[in-house]
Amino acid sequence: MSNEAVLHGHSEVGAMHGLHDDHAGHHHKETFITKYVFSQDHKMICKQFIITGMIWAILGGLMSVIFRLQLGYPDSTFPILEDIFGRWAKGGKIQPQFYYALVTMHGTVLVFFVLTGGLSGTFANFLIPLQIGARDMASPFLNMLSYWFFFLASIVILSSLFVQTGPASGGWTVYPPLSALGDANEGSKIGMDLWISGMALFVVSSLLGGLNYISTILNMRTKGMSMTRMPLTMWALLFTAVLGVLSFPVLLSGLILLLFDRHAGTSFYLSDIFIASTHKALPNEGGSAILFQHLFWFLGHPEVYIIILPAMGLVSEVMSVNARKPIFGYMAMVGSMFAITILAFLVWAHHMFVTGLNPFLGSVFVLLTLLIAVPSAIKVFNWLTTLWKGNIRFTPAMLFAIGFVSLFISGGLTGIFLGNSTLDIPLHDTYFVIAHFHIVMGVSAFFGMFAGVYHWFPKMYGRYMNNLMGYIHFWVTLVGAYLIFWPMHYEGLAGMPRRYMDYRGWASFNQFEDLNRVISTVAMVVFAVQLMFVFNFFYSIFKGRKVTTQNPWGGTTLEWTTPIRPGHGNWPGEIPEVHRWAYDYSKDGRDFISQTEPIGSEESKH
Amino acid sequence: MVINSAVEPYKDNPLGDGGQRKKIHPHKFTMWIGISSIIMMFAGFTSAYIVKRQQPGWTDFEIPRVFWYSTAIILVSSLSMQAAVKSFKERAIVKYRNLILLTAVLGLVFITLQLLGFQQIWKSGVTFSGSGAGQFLYVIAGLHILHILGGIVTLLIMFFKAFSSKLKSYNAVPVEVASTYWHFVDFLWIYLFIFFLVIH
Repeated sequence: MSNEAVLHGHSEVGAMHGLHDDHAGHHHKETFITKYVFSQDHKMICKQFIITGMIWAILGGLMSVIFRLQLGYPDSTFPILEDIFGRWAKGGKIQPQFYYALVTMHGTVLVFFVLTGGLSGTFANFLIPLQIGARDMASPFLNMLSYWFFFLASIVILSSLFVQTGPASGGWTVYPPLSALGDANEGSKIGMDLWISGMALFVVSSLLGGLNYISTILNMRTKGMSMTRMPLTMWALLFTAVLGVLSFPVLLSGLILLLFDRHAGTSFYLSDIFIASTHKALPNEGGSAILFQHLFWFLGHPEVYIIILPAMGLVSEVMSVNARKPIFGYMAMVGSMFAITILAFLVWAHHMFVTGLNPFLGSVFVLLTLLIAVPSAIKVFNWLTTLWKGNIRFTPAMLFAIGFVSLFISGGLTGIFLGNSTLDIPLHDTYFVIAHFHIVMGVSAFFGMFAGVYHWFPKMYGRYMNNLMGYIHFWVTLVGAYLIFWPMHYEGLAGMPRRYMDYRGWASFNQFEDLNRVISTVAMVVFAVQLMFVFNFFYSIFKGRKVTTQNPWGGTTLEWTTPIRPGHGNWPGEIPEVHRWAYDYSKDGRDFISQTEPIGSEESKH
Repeated sequence: MVINSAVEPYKDNPLGDGGQRKKIHPHKFTMWIGISSIIMMFAGFTSAYIVKRQQPGWTDFEIPRVFWYSTAIILVSSLSMQAAVKSFKERAIVKYRNLILLTAVLGLVFITLQLLGFQQIWKSGVTFSGSGAGQFLYVIAGLHILHILGGIVTLLIMFFKAFSSKLKSYNAVPVEVASTYWHFVDFLWIYLFIFFLVIH
């Protein structure tokens, strides 16, 4: 099915700038290095981020497939694994150390390198200058550095997969004392040092990016683009950047103290430890492992909003464009994202209900945690009312946006369970938690990202992605995600703990043997479909159907007033002036009114 | 070429075509947000210190006198930085160059004094082993030294740039951004010093 069959929006500005397309590349004085490698063009940096993110997503996804093999088929051996991984999969069976390395790196890679770097890095870079009407970021140079720090961080983490003692393997939260003691765990040797250095580089990258995003949005909007005329994507990316700038440094503090405990002999986190493997009592005294958890989760909780807010922004925009309706409750959307940003800093201890936290303090965190349900519910309500009586075009992007809402509801509801300390105490560290956060921030953030990729791909590469593959991708991923994670709720309620590689020793969990096999099989199918998406992405860059109109989706926002393939500087002439908000769809008998069009004298108010 | 004329105004006026409002320069604003993230990092450390202090096994150390001298030095360096900005704006480049160099040297003196202070504390028996005020001081003030070093490198780059004959730019923004940073790391040390003096 072609996009034109799904759509009927054509831009009236389309013809105007079409003739500039050939100039847009400005070929002079650009070498391969400055254009594709050390580029300072935000659009190229976006492409660098998304492709690096995709490589990480494939690696991180593959890790989960490998450990799902173990969980689904604990009795089988896979000789091919030994051929590839050698002693890590001796006799075709995944070794315990390898299993823990896999789950740790799966978490690290997906949370930080894909859903933070890959998601914010891609869309903040691409959309911010285009949607606020700027030629580039406030500091294109810092922006370039942001990518290259991300790249360096990636190299360091990647290299940790190849060291002899293996990568970090104490879980993505790297709690001490395990992560501080190389004698206690192979993965806490050089692998952990590489993990910490990689994360430090990642924090630098994310700060450089975040500074730029905030400063660009607040300072470089075009004439007429007041804050409340910005598309919701901009608000989402602004709040995301604020969260990152304020919370990542605290993680860095925590990691620096950890580094001192590991190598300098301090005991910030260590106290009264006897290591069984070496029969050695450690001299460290007076440290507090809980201190690390406070520092970690002060980042760790905002981190999940750093992941989900951009997805919310992308979904709001894609949904409004494809429902041909203004987003419902624009100011409520902004307000609830603001509320989420504030609350993000006040709920970190709900990850620590079982650490011996004072129950009275715990109840304060329960209250603050449950308060997040309010802005979340407002947002869900607004998405549903945006769809209500809309003239919906079911493009792949729109399907992913709707799928996002479905997943966000399903995963959000279990958040209410877990936010209550009384329920969290039995459910803590069970598969219920796995199910909750994979649905609410893992898969749904991916859905937001896919919605964004399908929607803005024509702007990025001047070609469309293949729709048929898009539809297959959507349906298999949606059904698959529910098939994988829904049963895990039952396993968790039955008390099945996470982070074990073999459950056969527990008679009570034998009932889940078939279920685990189903989950693992579906996980492989879903992974294969993601590879198809990657194929679709790269195939379409070169062979996709060409975009022939400037504004293929009939969007009101500024990126659709640029040439089909914009050069560095985005607009060949003057930057357009903005006269209205971003959501004038189906207004006064017109399909949409671009933000650049002055308000007519007869026009009704929105 | 069409695109050329479109990109050029952006080069000298980062507000692009929309430079119609009198706003803070984006680079200065970026520096302020960067400063807020550095504040969060040190807030993380000092709150860890406060939490940790209430737990058993806390050890203390005596603040060496040399920290008072280093504090005085860093305060003077802020004055010389301010004077450098002033002379840059008056286009007195030789004076600006000398003041920038003076600021960088004062920064180096500050670092030396800090390290002397560390040495005295170390000699009093407060080493890395343990997790009391002394160990926190090494980490926190050590990271502060790294931030000062970053400032010194910037100042030296600006110092050598001021020799370049072909660059006749009197754009004060980079100098002002650097001075904001320098004043901030100065202020940061004052805060940390008072923190260690008071919460003992």
